Amino acid sequence: MSIEAHIQVERGTFKLNARLELPASGVTAVFGPSGSGKTTLLRALAGLEPCPGSRVIVNGTPWQTTTESLATHERSIGLVFQEPSLFEHLTVQANLDFGRQRIPKPAQTIPLDHSIELLEISPLLNRYPHQLSVGEQQRVAIARALVVCPEWLLLDEPLAAMDVARKREILPYLETLCRESDLPILYVSHSREEVARLADHLVVLNEGKVIANGPAIEIFSNLDLPLASEPDSASIIETTVAGHDNTYGLTLLDFAGGQFQVTHHDLPVGTPVRLRVQANDVSLTLERPTQTSILNVFKAEVAEMAEAGPTHVLVKLAISSNSNSGPTLLARITRKSAEQLALQPGHAVHAQIKSAALLN
Amino acid sequence: MNLQPEDWSALWITLKLAATSTIILIVLGTPLAWWLSQTRFRGKFLLEAIVALPLVLPPTVLGFYLLVALGPSGPVGGFIKAIGGQPPVFSFGGLIIGSVIYSMPFVVQPLQDAFKAIGTRPLEVAATLRATPWDRFWFVAVPLARSGFVTAAVLGFAHTLGEFGVVLMIGGNIPGETQVVSIAIYDHVESLAYTKAHWVAGTLLVISFLLLVAVYAGNRKFRVWKP
Repeated sequence: MSIEAHIQVERGTFKLNARLELPASGVTAVFGPSGSGKTTLLRALAGLEPCPGSRVIVNGTPWQTTTESLATHERSIGLVFQEPSLFEHLTVQANLDFGRQRIPKPAQTIPLDHSIELLEISPLLNRYPHQLSVGEQQRVAIARALVVCPEWLLLDEPLAAMDVARKREILPYLETLCRESDLPILYVSHSREEVARLADHLVVLNEGKVIANGPAIEIFSNLDLPLASEPDSASIIETTVAGHDNTYGLTLLDFAGGQFQVTHHDLPVGTPVRLRVQANDVSLTLERPTQTSILNVFKAEVAEMAEAGPTHVLVKLAISSNSNSGPTLLARITRKSAEQLALQPGHAVHAQIKSAALLN
Repeated sequence: MNLQPEDWSALWITLKLAATSTIILIVLGTPLAWWLSQTRFRGKFLLEAIVALPLVLPPTVLGFYLLVALGPSGPVGGFIKAIGGQPPVFSFGGLIIGSVIYSMPFVVQPLQDAFKAIGTRPLEVAATLRATPWDRFWFVAVPLARSGFVTAAVLGFAHTLGEFGVVLMIGGNIPGETQVVSIAIYDHVESLAYTKAHWVAGTLLVISFLLLVAVYAGNRKFRVWKP
């Protein structure tokens, strides 16, 4: 079971031509700068944007072929827009019921209560949308899209219209949703952070074309892509909680290249955790530093180097590990340092990681 | 009460005419306004101009053309006569036809604006929630355009209530059949019966005011969700 789509849209000078083959579970993020065609792609998949000549096959069902196209209401989707877009004239409960009532009973596989609980909206059920905060409204909108039990959940920058505080309020819900549901989710975003936190699979769009498509972690540290070249580029490392050092208030995280020590997080042993390491927070030494305040130092090999602006160089490192596909790490250092260390692909270095952020 | 029996019947005919016309206007105007608000048809402006025509046309002009068209020798009236019917001039039916055409812009325009003001988003959301086009119209567009319906109904009713020229042309001035209040008042004034004119005019004023108060009070009560 999987999703297969080839979307072609032409609007004046803008052309979108995107071919997607997505796994039928997990979170696929569509990432790209504004104007790259992300939203158009999502709207085309939902049937909201006419796109003759496109093809969409979801779990074996043709939603669109060259000859036929299902209307939006005939596609088994749940869609969350940038703005909550609740029906103003209906209570929260009636908003949830709106779509729910329109699907046949046997198709109601996701219990209504489960979605209400997941998004913690039960105290809001009898209110009208204007009585809710934007964050609450968006939670209702997410629940409303879930209770129609879609085969595919489409999220169009659901946090873009929110301020930082609201984003922090909603992100955990999205994370729970992404982790707990078996639904395939398409998440359109231009936020590196949201993508880093949520995505399993990543599609990078630029000027209407797919320029990368693959596991999120690999794509994040691909130097050829704009994701890595920007000043706040980062790498993502998948770890699991190994234990806690109570004497120093640290949490130990195992990963393929060794063990991270980070400030204490109250997580049970065995929890999978994503770490984000900013390229700016990684420094390189040739000798193993013996006296340093930095806890996390790993042996690595320079895999690739690329210029990042006039003064900086991005270095892609493969952390040494027993397996051949060791985790990769990005370091952003000055060109001067790179020359003084005479860094070349293949050289062995030690990477000192000043800080790493848990993405849970 | 100082109202004469023919004044009472003029009042009754006027209210009956206004109520019937308003109902017909909403029934006909709603799909038309919806279509105008949604269509990307290029020739739409032509239809909009036709609907708006009564706004600029002197009522007597409109009434004259209607009289000609609906009369026994006109195209519509002639056809009705040919199939064995009674041409609708100088009858209550003729009044309704005239009123509906004359008041159409007052109903279609507020409705069209209200439908447009909803925007595409709520309808798109409804589509993603499995609502068919018909469903979206009834359960999203109509409730969200509610205040537009109130405005349309009030304007359509009020405009029919105050009609003079069209009604006079097409209905004649047959007391008890096609004589409406505005014409009755005119007749009273013509014969210098100012007291009678006062009574009829005042009654219509009070009825109109009470009606508006009821409509707006009711509309406010139901508009709780408006921020």
